[in-house]
Amino acid sequence: MRKPEPLIFELSRPGRGATAQYPAQEDAEVPAEFRRRQPPPLPEVSELQAVRHYTRLSQLNFGIDTHFYPLGSCTMKYNPRACNSLAMLPGFLGRHPLAPSATGQGVMACLFELQEMLKHVTGMAGVSLTPMAGAQGEFAGVAMIRAYHLARGDQARTEIIVPDAAHGTNPATATMCGMKVREIPTLPDGDVDLAALDAALSPSTAGIMLTNPSTLGVFERRIVEIARKVHAAGGLLYYDGANLNAILGKVRPGDMGFDVIHMNLHKTFSTPHGGGGPGSGAVGVGQRLLPYLPVPVVARDGERYRWLDERDRPDSIGRLSGFMGNTGVLLRAWVYMRILGAAGMRRVAEYSTLNANYLLARLAELGFTPAYPGRRASHEFIVTLKREARELGVTAMDFAKRLLDHGYHAPTTYFPLLVPECLLIEPTESETREELDGFAEALAAIRREAASDAAAVKSAPHTMPVRRLDDVRAARQLDVAWKPAAA
Amino acid sequence: MPYIPHTPEDVRAMLERIGAGAIDDLFDEIPPALRVDALPGVPDALGEMEVARLTAERAAADGNPLNFIGAGAYEHHIPAPVWALVTRGEIYSAYTPYQAEASQGTLQTMYEYQSMIAGLTAMDVSNASLYDGASALAEACLMAVRAHRRSKSARILMPTTVNPAWRQVTRVITHGQGLVIEELPYCTEEGRTIPEALARHAGSDVTALVIQQPNFFGQLEDVDALTRWARANGALVIAAVNPVALAVLQPPGAWGDGGADIACGDAQPFGVPLSSGGPYVGFMACRMEHVRQMPGRIAGRTVDAEGKRGFTLTLQAREQHIRRAKATSNICTNQGLLMSAATIYLALLGPAGLERVARACLARTRDLVDALGKLPGVRAAFEGPRFHEAVLTLDRPVAPVLEALAREGIVGGFDLSRDYPELGHALLACATETRTRADIETYARALGRELSRAAAA
Repeated sequence: MRKPEPLIFELSRPGRGATAQYPAQEDAEVPAEFRRRQPPPLPEVSELQAVRHYTRLSQLNFGIDTHFYPLGSCTMKYNPRACNSLAMLPGFLGRHPLAPSATGQGVMACLFELQEMLKHVTGMAGVSLTPMAGAQGEFAGVAMIRAYHLARGDQARTEIIVPDAAHGTNPATATMCGMKVREIPTLPDGDVDLAALDAALSPSTAGIMLTNPSTLGVFERRIVEIARKVHAAGGLLYYDGANLNAILGKVRPGDMGFDVIHMNLHKTFSTPHGGGGPGSGAVGVGQRLLPYLPVPVVARDGERYRWLDERDRPDSIGRLSGFMGNTGVLLRAWVYMRILGAAGMRRVAEYSTLNANYLLARLAELGFTPAYPGRRASHEFIVTLKREARELGVTAMDFAKRLLDHGYHAPTTYFPLLVPECLLIEPTESETREELDGFAEALAAIRREAASDAAAVKSAPHTMPVRRLDDVRAARQLDVAWKPAAA
Repeated sequence: MPYIPHTPEDVRAMLERIGAGAIDDLFDEIPPALRVDALPGVPDALGEMEVARLTAERAAADGNPLNFIGAGAYEHHIPAPVWALVTRGEIYSAYTPYQAEASQGTLQTMYEYQSMIAGLTAMDVSNASLYDGASALAEACLMAVRAHRRSKSARILMPTTVNPAWRQVTRVITHGQGLVIEELPYCTEEGRTIPEALARHAGSDVTALVIQQPNFFGQLEDVDALTRWARANGALVIAAVNPVALAVLQPPGAWGDGGADIACGDAQPFGVPLSSGGPYVGFMACRMEHVRQMPGRIAGRTVDAEGKRGFTLTLQAREQHIRRAKATSNICTNQGLLMSAATIYLALLGPAGLERVARACLARTRDLVDALGKLPGVRAAFEGPRFHEAVLTLDRPVAPVLEALAREGIVGGFDLSRDYPELGHALLACATETRTRADIETYARALGRELSRAAAA
């Protein structure tokens, strides 16, 4: 095992520095009363030390480029290198967001085309690219629903219905928008409980937030009926696009009856996850919500592109970012979509679904328990390790940690909350059959090992840079910043 | 099939294993009436070569003008190692470090970033990033309302010298939770908030006072007096700061008597390209007593089963995936890649390099104001200390002048007439270490030509 990498602060020596990066010394000063008295406690290292340190740190990570990464609900597919190199061309990279649009016709052409393509693949009437992550797209969506009801004088609509299987961001978003959350249960077959929905719908209903296919990895079969009921009650339907990958080009949220959708471009359209972002949560809306879209959006006047802002869209919910959102992420998504084309986008849904159903079939053959037997998997599915936990004393967490030793990133664990001891597995379309076979065999090997030597599984991982970490200590003896005195 | 590895034999064997006749059968739970079999409006596929050519033409069309705009996004030299490192697949293609043992690189980088931000701002703790400076300010206001248990008003005092886009984003994001954002006037002579503007709020229930340093005009606010007023009146202080300026300016933790409560801003100047507005990286730091109200991811140091140092996500009970409707924020994915870029930038520059960058900003902005201020019809709107931006007033409307400059390859500044009509024909111009004296002379000559040409016409 490699020796631990020190903190950058522990490599620091007074007077050292990456001096090639320094501008020339200037004599300009701020007046004494504003001046900082102690220099900031930043590290002092050479350029090579910094490069070596962050290279070594990177080598402690699993990424898509190094490992199969079947993290359910996150769509960890290949991030084509072309998307990065083209989005980082100098003409794009150096452009100030407030520079006149005359100097931004190239980037705006790409953004306009992206808006149009996203409209067509989702079946919506308009798109705004400004939300900077899925959760901000959700915020924009619920804020638009709120604005719509208020504009109609319908002030009683203060409740957002959310199924119990929903991502945590859904209820958190509703709260951020000042709405009350009403949770409804899911049936044993994975579909929404329509009787519970009927009971929840009322003149207070602002809308419902649904993920379809849901986080349970199955398509909500009665979506048309749900849409009819919600609309009849005066509510609107919000589509959480976290799982859009599963249905891309096969069925469109707009056709299902959704009024508003966010798309996670870092999932379906393969922009990098970057160790936790940046994301991009573009929103699409039907006709009813069109006036409320967040600004700015790109418009085309003849051959010229220009930004529409609050003056053009007076009913807009407004701005969500300092400028126009995560433009560099949007450019990467545009490159990806142009390389895929219409047929390629449909193949995304087809092959991600093929891979998920194949892996589910393999695991079922090996004796693992699907959480929703008899249902088709979407692009992801859930296996419950309830039986393994009971009979062998090893949990989903233990399986997850032991998978790391087998060279696979773990699936999502313990989400959705309603399935005990679950693994939410999303293989994506960019993985080979051999990779899926290897993963299934690793899970089977771990179960065999658990039967003969449960301790080896429970104490995993054994081959990572660190052994299992003490999360309780991390929270109780909080240490979240290096301090010079503590070194 | 781009990015799909399946051979026909793979497909056949996989379908057989599933027990399906065709891939399309896998979609048989979707009501047939909803299915589409084409995507009109989406173009056909292009190869990487064709897309590369099209993209290169568009990027080239956007050119490489000489930039003098700041207004919330700042052009700085980006050391070559920064993007060479963060585009390594192990950083670029990883996700949120849910499996800590397989993500120690990301987690240790988060810890180092948090330490650097805490050190720069002189605050106790930092989170591991928010989206951008504007949304970070909005989150800071929401956090202040949660953190200030004695204040019932949810009133935030917001100087109009705070970036107007950030103010608007704050209103949009805090609106649903009933926050009251009250704007404070500024002195049109000095371009900064006058402490007397606060007087009429003395004695009333104010949750927090926002102070931007340097302010949107680039001028330095009297942060000590403003902070003392807030303390004396029971309000929390939210500092919105430019992180480069913190190399030479008093950090929020040292403001007034006892410092700010929350510091936020945009760390874009640390190695993140302008890129037409994003992705950037919002930062937030606070006093330890408020840490449980902080939104976003936080990495913490701990030990593994053998007692060895390691890092993990901590205080997750604040977050949406645990607390759902009661979370501190809905934020999930943040700006991890840019957080890594900022960390590497700061490791390279260190305290000495960052101070040089800040002083070069001061010097070039001084040169810019001197050079442009000499032109007939141009003057600096405000006296007093500033950092790397200045408001200049012209003797005629700004927009046509900026358009004419753009045709000469100069992006001359941000037109303030819409956000600050009371300033007349005013523009906000910026010069950082990336502008040379020759660049500034080029700008001054072009502006002089344009003003005299228009005057002659």
